[in-house]
Amino acid sequence: MGRGPVSGVFLRLFALRRRVYDHRAAASPSLFASLFAAGTLKDDTMLSASLNRIFALVLRYWYLLKDSWPRLLDIVYWPTVELLMWGFLQAYLAEKTSVTALAGGALIGSVLLWDILLRGQIGFSVSFLEEMWSRNLGNLMMTPLRMYELLAALGVMSIIRLLIGLVPVTVMAIVFFGFNLLGMGLALAAFFANLIITSWAVGLFACGIVLRNGLGAESFVWSVSFLLLPLACVYYPVTVLPAWLQPISLALPPTHVFEGMRALILENRFDVSEMLWAGGLNLVYLTAASIAFAAFLRSARRSGALLQLGE
Amino acid sequence: MQQLGVNPIAVTRLGKRYGPVGAVDGISFSVPAASVTGLLGGNGAGKTTTIAMLMGLITPSSGEARILGADMAHQRHQVLHRINFESPYVEMPMRLTVRQNLKVFGRLYGVADLKDRIDELAVELALQDFLDRPSGKLSAGQKTRVALAKSLINRPEVLLLDEPTASLDPDTADWVRTHLERYRRERGATILLASHNMPEVERLCDDVVMMKGGVIVDQGAPSELISRYGRETMEDVFLDVARGRRQGEAA
Repeated sequence: MGRGPVSGVFLRLFALRRRVYDHRAAASPSLFASLFAAGTLKDDTMLSASLNRIFALVLRYWYLLKDSWPRLLDIVYWPTVELLMWGFLQAYLAEKTSVTALAGGALIGSVLLWDILLRGQIGFSVSFLEEMWSRNLGNLMMTPLRMYELLAALGVMSIIRLLIGLVPVTVMAIVFFGFNLLGMGLALAAFFANLIITSWAVGLFACGIVLRNGLGAESFVWSVSFLLLPLACVYYPVTVLPAWLQPISLALPPTHVFEGMRALILENRFDVSEMLWAGGLNLVYLTAASIAFAAFLRSARRSGALLQLGE
Repeated sequence: MQQLGVNPIAVTRLGKRYGPVGAVDGISFSVPAASVTGLLGGNGAGKTTTIAMLMGLITPSSGEARILGADMAHQRHQVLHRINFESPYVEMPMRLTVRQNLKVFGRLYGVADLKDRIDELAVELALQDFLDRPSGKLSAGQKTRVALAKSLINRPEVLLLDEPTASLDPDTADWVRTHLERYRRERGATILLASHNMPEVERLCDDVVMMKGGVIVDQGAPSELISRYGRETMEDVFLDVARGRRQGEAA
C-alpha cells in the first residue's frame, strides 16, 4: 500500500527478476489495483514490455516537441527572461550595497534552482495535458499501458524538457553574470534530484486534479507551483518568515534545498542534513501524490470523467 | 486464445448510476466468438456507457462486463493487448504523422513486427499517400481509415466499434464496412458495434441488442427482429422501439 506509482516504476524497472507474464494473474484489490495489477504479454518479460511502452510514450512526446518550434521556444523563453531580470537586478544591488549574499550569486542560484522545480513540474504536467488536449487519453487507456508507465514517461519528459530549457540558461548565467551552476559540483546533483522529485509530486497531484475535473482545471497546472515560491523560501532564508509560518515552510522539501544552496554559496558548506530532510519529505509527498492520483483516477472512472475530457 | 465455451464478450446484470440517475440498468447479453453484434438505441439509451464499461473506462455500479474472460473493471490488463477499439469521439494525436501515430500505438501494444505491420496496414487501408502527413491534416475519410489502422494494429481478437462510419460519405462508409467484414472473416474476430446506421447494422450484424433508457428492450438477429415487428427494414424496427411501439403495432 505504501508504494507510489513512480517508486513502483523503479521497483519494476530495476528488479532483477525477469519473470514471464502470467495470463491468469489476479488483480490486486487494493487502492493501487489499477496501477500495479499484473501484466499479460505472452513471451515477453515484464521489464522489456514495460520499458517498450514507456519508450513509446516518450517517443510520442518527443515527436510532438521536435516538430513544434513554439513548444521549444516556450521551454527556453521564460527561464531566459527570469535569469536576465534577476541577474541584472543582482548586479545592480551588488553595486549599491555591501551584502555578501548578493555578491555571492545566491540570487542567480535561487533563480536557476527554482526553474528546476517549476519547469520540472510544468514539463511533467504539460505532457499529460497534451493527451487531454488531443483527446487521446481514451486511446491510451485502452492499450496495455499501465498508469505507472504513463507517469514514468511523464517523468522522463519532464527531465528532457528541463534540460532543453536549462542548458542555454546555465550557459547564459556564466557568460553574463559569471555564475557557474555546475560549480556546485556533486551538491548540484543532490539539489537537482530533490527538486525534480518535488516537481513530480506536485505535477502528479495537478494531473490528478485535471483528470478528475477536466480541462476547466487546467490553470491549476500552471499556478500550483507558485504557492511554493513564498513558502519554500526560494530567495530568502527561513528565518525571515514569521515564527508561526516557519514549521510549515520546513515541512516543504524545497525549503531544505534552498537553505542548502545558500549554505553552500555563502558559507561554502554542504549541509547533508538538509538534503536528508528534503529526501525524506519528498518520499512522503510523492507517496501522498501517488495516493491522490490513484484516488482521482478511480473517481474519474466512477464518474465517467474519462469520457468527458473537455471543460 | 479464447477459452472454449466462453463468449468473448459477456455482460451480466451490468448497471451504472450517476447519483440518482440511472444510465444503464442491469443489462445482460453476450457476443459469441467470431460474430458481430450491434448495440442499438437512441441518444441517451446507454450504449456509450455500456461500451465504456466494457473498455474499463467507467466503473460499473453493479454487475460485470467481461472480455475474453477478464472482468474489465478489475482485470483489464490481462486482455488489453488482445482487444482494440475505434470511435470517432476519441482522436489520434493530430500533430503526429500517421506513421508516427501507428509506431507509438504499435509499441504500446507490443507488436513485434511493427514496421512490417504498418506497411501491411498501409496497403490494406490505402494509407500510403498520406502516411507521412500529420493526422490533423487529413480528411474525415482518411482519419477514419487511420483510426481503423490503429484499431487493427495489434490484430485484435475482440473489436469494439462506436459508430465507426459516423459522418462518412457513403463510398467511404461502404469501404470501411467491407474492410471490417473481411477482417472478421479472415481473423475470426468478435465485434461489438454501436451504430445509428441501420443499413450498416443489417449488413454487418449477426445479432442486435436494442437499448432504451438504459435497459435492453429487445434482441435478436436483424431478420428475426424485422419479421417480429412486421417491418421491412431495421430502420423501421428502430423507430418502433425508439417511439415505444409494440411489435407488430402499426405506425
